[in-house]
Amino acid sequence: MNYKMIRYILSVILRTEAALMLLSVLVAIIYRENEIWPFLLTIFLTAGTGFILARKKPEDDVIFAREGFLVVALAWVVMSIFGSLPFIFSGCIPDPIDAFFETVSGFTTTGATLLPDVEHLPMSILFWRSFTHWIGGMGVLVFVMAIVSLSDGHSMYLMRAEVPGPSVGKLTPKSKSTAVILYAIYGGMTLLEIIFLVCGGMPLFDSIIHTMGTAGTGGFSMKNLSVGAYNNAYIDWVIAIFMVLFGVNFNLYYLIIIKQFKQALHSEELRVYLGLYAAAVALVTVNIMPLYNTFSNALRYAAFQVSSVMTTTGFSTADFDLWPNFSRTLLVFMMVIGACAGSTAGGLKVSRVIILVKSLVRSMDQMLHPHKVKSIKFEGRPVDNETRHGAAIYCTAYMFITVLATLMISVDGYDLETSLTAVVACFNNIGPGIGAVGPMGNYSIFSGFSKLVLSISMLLGRLEIFPLIMLFSPSIWRRNS
Amino acid sequence: MRIVIIGDGKVGNALTEQFCRDGHDVVVIDNNAENINQLPNLYDAIGVVGNGASYNVQLEAGVKESDLVVAATSSDEINVLSCFVASKLGAPHTIARVRNPSYGAQLEMMKEELGLSMIINPERAAAREISRILRFPSANDIESFCRGQVELVEYKLGDDSLLSGMSLKEMYHHYKIKILVCAVQRGEDITIPNGDFVLAAGDRINITASPANIAAFFKAIGGLHAPVKSVMIVGGGKISYYLTLQLLEMGMRVKIIDNDPAVCEELSETLPKAAIVLGDASEKDLLLEEGISEFDAFVALTGFDEMNIIISMYASAKGVGKVITKVHRLAFPEVIENSGIESVISPKLITASQISSYVRAMQNSISINKVESLRRIVNNRVEALEFIIRSDAPYVGVPLKDLSFKPNVLIAAIVRNGKTIVPGGTDTLEHGDSVIVISTTVRPLEFSDILQ
Repeated sequence: MNYKMIRYILSVILRTEAALMLLSVLVAIIYRENEIWPFLLTIFLTAGTGFILARKKPEDDVIFAREGFLVVALAWVVMSIFGSLPFIFSGCIPDPIDAFFETVSGFTTTGATLLPDVEHLPMSILFWRSFTHWIGGMGVLVFVMAIVSLSDGHSMYLMRAEVPGPSVGKLTPKSKSTAVILYAIYGGMTLLEIIFLVCGGMPLFDSIIHTMGTAGTGGFSMKNLSVGAYNNAYIDWVIAIFMVLFGVNFNLYYLIIIKQFKQALHSEELRVYLGLYAAAVALVTVNIMPLYNTFSNALRYAAFQVSSVMTTTGFSTADFDLWPNFSRTLLVFMMVIGACAGSTAGGLKVSRVIILVKSLVRSMDQMLHPHKVKSIKFEGRPVDNETRHGAAIYCTAYMFITVLATLMISVDGYDLETSLTAVVACFNNIGPGIGAVGPMGNYSIFSGFSKLVLSISMLLGRLEIFPLIMLFSPSIWRRNS
Repeated sequence: MRIVIIGDGKVGNALTEQFCRDGHDVVVIDNNAENINQLPNLYDAIGVVGNGASYNVQLEAGVKESDLVVAATSSDEINVLSCFVASKLGAPHTIARVRNPSYGAQLEMMKEELGLSMIINPERAAAREISRILRFPSANDIESFCRGQVELVEYKLGDDSLLSGMSLKEMYHHYKIKILVCAVQRGEDITIPNGDFVLAAGDRINITASPANIAAFFKAIGGLHAPVKSVMIVGGGKISYYLTLQLLEMGMRVKIIDNDPAVCEELSETLPKAAIVLGDASEKDLLLEEGISEFDAFVALTGFDEMNIIISMYASAKGVGKVITKVHRLAFPEVIENSGIESVISPKLITASQISSYVRAMQNSISINKVESLRRIVNNRVEALEFIIRSDAPYVGVPLKDLSFKPNVLIAAIVRNGKTIVPGGTDTLEHGDSVIVISTTVRPLEFSDILQ
């Protein structure tokens, strides 16, 4: 185990986080808020810890799978701890566990909040809260990789542990340029959405906050009623469309940039993703028609809510907890499926679901025709056993964790609907669930223990379970294993 | 530069490592999915699974946008076809590995007709390297520069060497022969030494000088071997064939031992002047019967590294003066060096070094004071480069002691008007000079890259 390299990467990440926090200081200066000081104190502590951990790159910069997993998991935990300090120091969220929950919810792009009233928070705190979405969406390590080269030959171990999806490919031969391209696409689309929102009459600051929430598929808003507060069809549609766009595999955008339109549009995952989306919108629209007077209103709310839930963003324009049971159940299903691999969204991922369904069909086919040979194809290529096995194992771990976490928070005594959807909404990085944690509710009802369980669920969901679980495996800490 | 490597075998792997380290964008094509899946874990490169000679696979690997395509699969035919397809797709440079001797006569024709930039034959290159070592048996390894005006030789100090315990200053003063020790390998460390560096037994020193001075130096330190007149070769593969051709031309007697009757039959047809012996070289009796201890040199070229190492050790023990061992997988070079085997040949590294020197030259075809030739020495860890000073750059005419060089860089020799100069602090670089530079860390593209 290369501990020196782990310390070094953690120190780079802390220093990066400190640098990113300067943006909040800037916001505080612009709005003349006293929150400059909590931020400066945090920056000092974060950067200081970074410098104590390591000052320069160790000579032996080779890392392997073990170090990759460990460093990614530790990075996210450490980052969340330091990221929660401004909330504590400013007194906005005085309880450390609550602040940790809120920060983890930000970085993991969950968007589950404990705060019943966000409209009275200082601008700089609001900005930091949403900015964690933006940076957590594409990944901090990917961001760091775009700036410095961490471990020359072996950086794939880091990227693979952080970028969601069953198989991670590089866009270009170099990890560094891949990271730069990903962030360039991400930044470009973010800018585009801000422009669209400002054109729709939303104030600039509000546009930035909501765009960061959309880009990271996070869902923190600065309004108690979320996007619904603006009650503007144009804004609803812009955000709904951008949520869908941010749920698409970023590799496809790269293909479009290098003019491989055909390959991009033939993506099987994209087609299934859009198909599922369209079907869900249609079903929900029909189901909620009686609640809203016109078809266009029903479509608007259905389209927004389905994209919000499917891309695991978690904005709301309507209290979908009041919708008919069929729509509520369908939304929970979409939460579990999630969006495309390689996007900023959470959930099981469409590609994984496709592979699982195809494996299931083949297995049933083979029961009837034991000698039949049939290969499973995805995106026009045969899926190897390892990928299939990986998807099945992931699904097993996913179910197991959902059940276990639900059991743990049910101690608080809330009904099954609330407990289960709270876990589903956190684990899949959505935010609002159904029942007491619905779009109009919040997570402050839970005990400290449950909040920690939910925080860990969010991290598990964002890092796709395994890197974080490795932290609890004794063999990763043992020297000679 | 963007480089596509077709074939992820031994040579492909060595090239991937080399190019990634030099900062190129590398794409590897191989039809073995497992190799390709493992690739991004080891190197900062991407892979494409498929047949490298296929048009679609090459398109996917981005051959169109690439500057160089190297085909190094195990099949000559696929390599040539891949390069043909690549050059039709628009890759400006293509290099194919072709090693079957029966294509030997048509290499030039294939290059012209199929648009290949370079054809490499690792076996012939290895044979050439071995015959060069045999020509000067005192050294472990020998490279020549500037049309033979300067030689760079590697020599291992034995336990009873006169030089051990001597500092370089004392050594130069004592022998009064114009030579320069430009790199010393001690254990795993490589140093570019200064005058105070004290030599020790077991060091592998690299010396540059004119060929005459090198011979004089070896004579003075008592390390000069008698010229090789007879060579025993074990293993009858392609390297043996090329090597025997060259050795026979130099007038040496050659005996080849192989245990395959068909191989022996063929060799006896193609090499009528060599003695071909059918038998198992791993049997001591056979080697003794064939008179191993009477040969001046012994070359182990079987397909098994372990076997080559063991029989080489046996040959050394039997008192053969010069033993050369072919090792394909240089996974543990330290172990081999410590085992007492002196000259190790790796066709894989020779090929990789040839290709990367081509790449280096290609990279700055516009620059004036560019790298003329590049050799890698000491297990590929040190570069020896030749430059010709063509322009009136600011460093021309300035005494070397007033120029500030980057660390771990050394001017090893200057050739001016056909005379070799071992440079000191007062020497200058002049227009038209050839300069040999030794570098361990910097990978220069042109001469000014080694200056601060």
